[in-house]
Amino acid sequence: MSIEWLLALFVLLPFVVFFISLFIPERNERYLSRLAFYGTFFHFLVTLFFTGWWVFNGFEQINVKEVALYETDRYVFLIDFYFDKVSAVYLLVGSLITLLIIRYSCYYMHMEPGYKRFFNTVLFFFSAHNLTALSGNFETLFLGWEMLGISSFLLVAFYRERYLPSRNAVKVFSIYRIGDVGIFLAMWGSHHLWHENVTFMKLSNAQLVHEHLLGQSSIGLFISVCLLVAAAAKSAQLPFSAWLPRAMEGPTPSSAIFYGSLSVHFGVFILLRTEHFWGEQPLARIIIALTGLMTTLVAFPISRVQSTIKTQIAYASIAQIGIMFIEIALGLEILALLHFVGNAFLRTYQLLISPSAVAYLIRDMFYHFKPAPHSFEESFSRKVQYSVYWLALREFYLDDLINKVVFYPFKRIGNLLGFIHYRNSFYILIPLIISGILMKIYENILSPEMLHQIPLIFTFIGFVLVLKAFSERTYPRVSVLLVLTNHVLVAIGVSFNDHFDYEHLLIYLSGIVPSALIALVCLNILHKKEPQFFDLKKYYGHIYEHKTLAFIFFVSVLGLMGFPVTPSFIGEDLIFGHIREDQFLLAFFFASSYILSGIALIRVYSRLFHGTHIKNYHAKALKAA
Amino acid sequence: MVTAQRAHDLIHALKHYLPTQNPLKDFVHHNTLHAFQHDEFHKAMEKASKIFGYRTYLPLDEYRKLYQEGVINQVFFEKYLAKKFNHDLLNIWREKLLYKTYDESIEEKVGSLREQWKDALKFEIDKVTHPILFRTVCNFLDQGISVWHFPLKNRDFLNAIRELQRLTFIKPFRSKRAEKLLLHKNLNLDELLKIVVEDESLYEHYLFDQQFAHPGWSGMVAVLEENPHLLLDHRKISLEEFIAFELLLEIDALDIKFGEGKWHSAAFYADKNFDKNIIGNITPSELFEIYALWQEIYEWSYYDQVLFGLKVPVEEEQSKIKQVQAILCIDDRECSFRRYIEELIPGSETFGTAGFFNVEFYFQPEHGKFFTKSCPAPVQPNYLIREYEARKRHKTDWHMRKESHGVAGGWLLSHFLGLGSMFRLTKNLFYPSDSPLHVSSFRHMDKYGKLKIEAQNPIKFSQGLQLGFTVDEMTDRIEGLLRSIGLVENFAPLIYVIGHGASSVNNTHYAGYDCGACSGRAGSVNAKVAAYMANHPSVRDQLKRRGIYIPDTTHFIAALHDTTKDEIEFYDEHQIPSDLIEKHQVNKTLFEAALQKNAKERSRRFLMIDSSKTDKEVHEQVKLRALSLFEPRPEWNHATNAICFVGRRSSIKHLFLDRRSFLNSYDYQVDRDGEYLVDILRAVAPVCGGINLEYYFSKVDNHRLGAGTKLPHNVMGLIGVANGMDGDLRTGLPAQMLNIHSPLRLMVIIEQLPALILSALKQHESTYEWFKNNWIHLCALHPETKEIYHFDHQTEEFKAYQPICTSLPVADQLEQIFETDCLDLPVYILKHS
Repeated sequence: MSIEWLLALFVLLPFVVFFISLFIPERNERYLSRLAFYGTFFHFLVTLFFTGWWVFNGFEQINVKEVALYETDRYVFLIDFYFDKVSAVYLLVGSLITLLIIRYSCYYMHMEPGYKRFFNTVLFFFSAHNLTALSGNFETLFLGWEMLGISSFLLVAFYRERYLPSRNAVKVFSIYRIGDVGIFLAMWGSHHLWHENVTFMKLSNAQLVHEHLLGQSSIGLFISVCLLVAAAAKSAQLPFSAWLPRAMEGPTPSSAIFYGSLSVHFGVFILLRTEHFWGEQPLARIIIALTGLMTTLVAFPISRVQSTIKTQIAYASIAQIGIMFIEIALGLEILALLHFVGNAFLRTYQLLISPSAVAYLIRDMFYHFKPAPHSFEESFSRKVQYSVYWLALREFYLDDLINKVVFYPFKRIGNLLGFIHYRNSFYILIPLIISGILMKIYENILSPEMLHQIPLIFTFIGFVLVLKAFSERTYPRVSVLLVLTNHVLVAIGVSFNDHFDYEHLLIYLSGIVPSALIALVCLNILHKKEPQFFDLKKYYGHIYEHKTLAFIFFVSVLGLMGFPVTPSFIGEDLIFGHIREDQFLLAFFFASSYILSGIALIRVYSRLFHGTHIKNYHAKALKAA
Repeated sequence: MVTAQRAHDLIHALKHYLPTQNPLKDFVHHNTLHAFQHDEFHKAMEKASKIFGYRTYLPLDEYRKLYQEGVINQVFFEKYLAKKFNHDLLNIWREKLLYKTYDESIEEKVGSLREQWKDALKFEIDKVTHPILFRTVCNFLDQGISVWHFPLKNRDFLNAIRELQRLTFIKPFRSKRAEKLLLHKNLNLDELLKIVVEDESLYEHYLFDQQFAHPGWSGMVAVLEENPHLLLDHRKISLEEFIAFELLLEIDALDIKFGEGKWHSAAFYADKNFDKNIIGNITPSELFEIYALWQEIYEWSYYDQVLFGLKVPVEEEQSKIKQVQAILCIDDRECSFRRYIEELIPGSETFGTAGFFNVEFYFQPEHGKFFTKSCPAPVQPNYLIREYEARKRHKTDWHMRKESHGVAGGWLLSHFLGLGSMFRLTKNLFYPSDSPLHVSSFRHMDKYGKLKIEAQNPIKFSQGLQLGFTVDEMTDRIEGLLRSIGLVENFAPLIYVIGHGASSVNNTHYAGYDCGACSGRAGSVNAKVAAYMANHPSVRDQLKRRGIYIPDTTHFIAALHDTTKDEIEFYDEHQIPSDLIEKHQVNKTLFEAALQKNAKERSRRFLMIDSSKTDKEVHEQVKLRALSLFEPRPEWNHATNAICFVGRRSSIKHLFLDRRSFLNSYDYQVDRDGEYLVDILRAVAPVCGGINLEYYFSKVDNHRLGAGTKLPHNVMGLIGVANGMDGDLRTGLPAQMLNIHSPLRLMVIIEQLPALILSALKQHESTYEWFKNNWIHLCALHPETKEIYHFDHQTEEFKAYQPICTSLPVADQLEQIFETDCLDLPVYILKHS
């Protein structure tokens, strides 16, 4: 039995279990729980033995070029696995915690509506976890990363019939999406730095990295900062911290596995994984350490004033992850790994026992009550004391900050395109596309300068359309159409770049277009059935009545946002490869369209299908519940 | 704060309708819709539904499904309708009940004014104000989660906010107007309402809309305003301050968003013909008639079986001389346990009474800094019982320590405790065991500790409470206890006084599982105090003078039954006279066997336990539920309760009631003038009725009147639970307590002459209201003729009732049923009675 086979097994096994779990009938709790438990148990055993064997053989790094999903003479899209001590630790911890959480949930979730959906999502997450932890290059990592984001969205919105989980799920997804763009741009940067799909194995070769970075320090720093953005978003570091406590909406074990232990530590993972790359650059080290330090300093007072148990644990954990960032920046890799393990275990357990706090702490108070316990803040002046207290209570306004700085300006620009309605959208969008195609056909009559600018112009127009899709409040179908047009315009634009291959275009659009069409059909059906409740002003909760439609629409939306359910995912990477390294602005617009279109689509899905059901003929929760 | 009379009245009206749920540690069951109790039940249901949008019945489909599945017996259905309607109407109603489609949508009044306003402003104002409001109040009230306490927690709420506003760099209120209003000395609610609402006639509607957008927090504030002592760490807050704060937040948000003076009030956007009167009359609709009819049919299809069963002639018992007697709580969970005691212990007899055993006091455990009430919640005791020479029963768990949330502490603990946490979790998942997180009923009082029960001479006081009881006071209580349950002669040599409590872990609603008659605590202290009193020689002397002769050969033994684990603990066993010790030892093993059988009977409702194993094996599995972190249903608590029988045990002993009945012993012969019946009913109506209706409402509308699923709950300030970070407090019961509950109102059946019941009931107006308005059904069982009389709430008199049911199945294979059937069981006639 070869090692390659085993490494692939770690990734495939959870996928297989996940797929089987999709076909088990809803009410068959026993089969679902047994499948999930024995599947993960087997995974854990294999992982344990493999790691033991690997340690015994002296920690040799393993790289496996597994599958080329797409290959031409100039381009390969590789699924690549890599195994070193970082993967080993993440794999083992992930497997153990998932196993325990599944065992826990088999009883805890008993009789809960959505029992099956819960196990499906956790297994999907587990697959993503393994894929990410074992990824050997950016492409594979990104694949896993995207899946983590979606599974996170699904678990936060587990109670999708209520308003707050639905809203917070979109919030969490939006922040994750910002992180995704970090990886996306880092991928683009490294394409140009290495001129290939660089493997993490290569990145760990200090000599090689050093040679490549010579004279290219700015792109090196660019990649490092992108990686940091990705890491900070996923690990709830500044300025993204506020999403973590808001993600505690699902059943307690899902919060424990996601936000207590595994998902939230993937920022640490990506830093550890690429350490040899940014480690070569002192400035990058300093920025990372400062991010960690600032986060710790801010999260500490916030956690001290939290009066709810889960948010207290969330902020305490954020502070610890800040320290991990510092540890990594200082080169203390092993310490950071140990810290990760400890923190993950500790916070998981603390979240799981959080309901016990009432009985335990009340009893503690009953026997040890002190009317005015002293806290060190009281030694400050009252003015400082109260100010910091209020700031901490308001989480240093971090939640507002992201909205104001990132999303609000986008919304403002998008609102400028208020004249686009569903009825006129075709007359605006189709000429845009046709003019693009015409330009492409008569390419040779355009001047070289113009040709040079065309990709940027098209991507920019696409970006503006996406802003409109993002800020659209009335017409769900317009949002989808705009996103589709954006993709097409980008494709046309990039095709003006040199060495363009039409096959790439085909791959790119082959997933996008059908997904968009299916999504539009779904929306049309919904519109026909619910003409009164069909806009983006409120959450309508249509999933209560239209479950299948919601599912189809969700999958098609995933396809449309380039999620790895269609070949477009590879196409996106291909298109990205065609953006030259001097086309920085183009890359920026492309990436921004990518995040915002994802958010816009998830918003359409959430507002139409999630939230408190608009109809009043059955019991439902208050908005504030 | 200065309040104009108008605003004061509004707040008073508002408080009446807000949920009145205590902080979690003092969770007591109560009628969720107590505000409507002055109306007839079905009328109240329609009103509550149309004003507040609550679901007050099951959905129509659900009733029809129960009919299809035979839970509502189809023959019974026909006969019930035939009894109620004449031939012409019968078919029309049958048609409506079974087939007519109704639109079950509710457009509630509450919220409508604000909704119009928010829509017109195009501003989701609650999204801005709610998180700040909830978090500030939660931090202010927090009892011990936050490490850094609210800096001004000893002030009045609004004064604390003022101080923050004055002294912070980044201020809570950023708009000029809101700041000025806040800092103004005579802040006046009218002034704020004038700005936000403008039209005085709409103030009431607006306040209802605003507060019922988050009834959980508003209700909690209102409760704490009335009873500040419910928090161990006291706070001063009033609903008025809370509302003022919210109004200020709204003004602040609107001024920042639109600019001062650039937005319009709620009145501005209100329709011309907007119905301003929120608690006004509602237009009755046929749908609610149908609901009411279905609900009655559903209820009577069960009651009727019980009422028929009571008429079944039973053989008189051979001997009145008993070997063992046991006095237990009225609680429905003791229903089956009592059956097994009687079955397994030869010559035994059981009694039921409210589980505080007629001794009311505060209890202070050793090392405890506070007192806990040990009697029904409405009673205000004047006595304090202290524990001494007790072992320490609270241990530390590092995972709950505040150090783990610090930077350095968190760092150290994750390195040194992290692996340990995983080990603990693994252990608990596969071998659940005791831990400091576990709430055990047996830890309420130390088995080997001592209590100061008898008052010293001269009498001592502590904080206005008398330490212990005098002999006279003890005698009063024991006499009251014995007479009310009808135990005044034929005392057995051993009489067990058995309180009850529950155990669980990871359970925020733990207090709701303990004895309701002891204010949500275990009944061990009351049992021990009552037994001590009954054994006291001077008390016995006095009792003899009052006509109750307890022979010297009789000894009372206190015990505690843990209803979750089905375990029992006996107290003061060293005081048992030597000639009775052997008997007691034999009884102990029989109690153990009864508990095993009880656990097995309960296990039929626990779907993940294989009930077909031996009693002992099943019992072991049942015990683990109380220790498992992952078990959201340690026991079913009061789920399925439906009946309360007040009468002699011998009159109902022959019926199998499937743990659905509260059982209060009462002998009409001992209480010829109904004096004790008055007291019993005064306890039964609010305690059992409260439990029953809280289960009813939490079941029919788990989203609005219950707490929803408990799986995502987050503990807020140790006083309540909410979903996620920014949710409103959830009141009522979580779904996990209700899955198997059938929402039937309580049927109280009293074995006494109807006329005497009526006069007893009418002595106490608030008790009578429960029955008069039909929130509790009432029947009388004539003790001599065995005729049934039903209390007709419309005419307020008893009328003879002929059960529709003509026979009941005889249970010969109960054990087999327990192993296979997990649904509600019919009433069986027990074979060997």
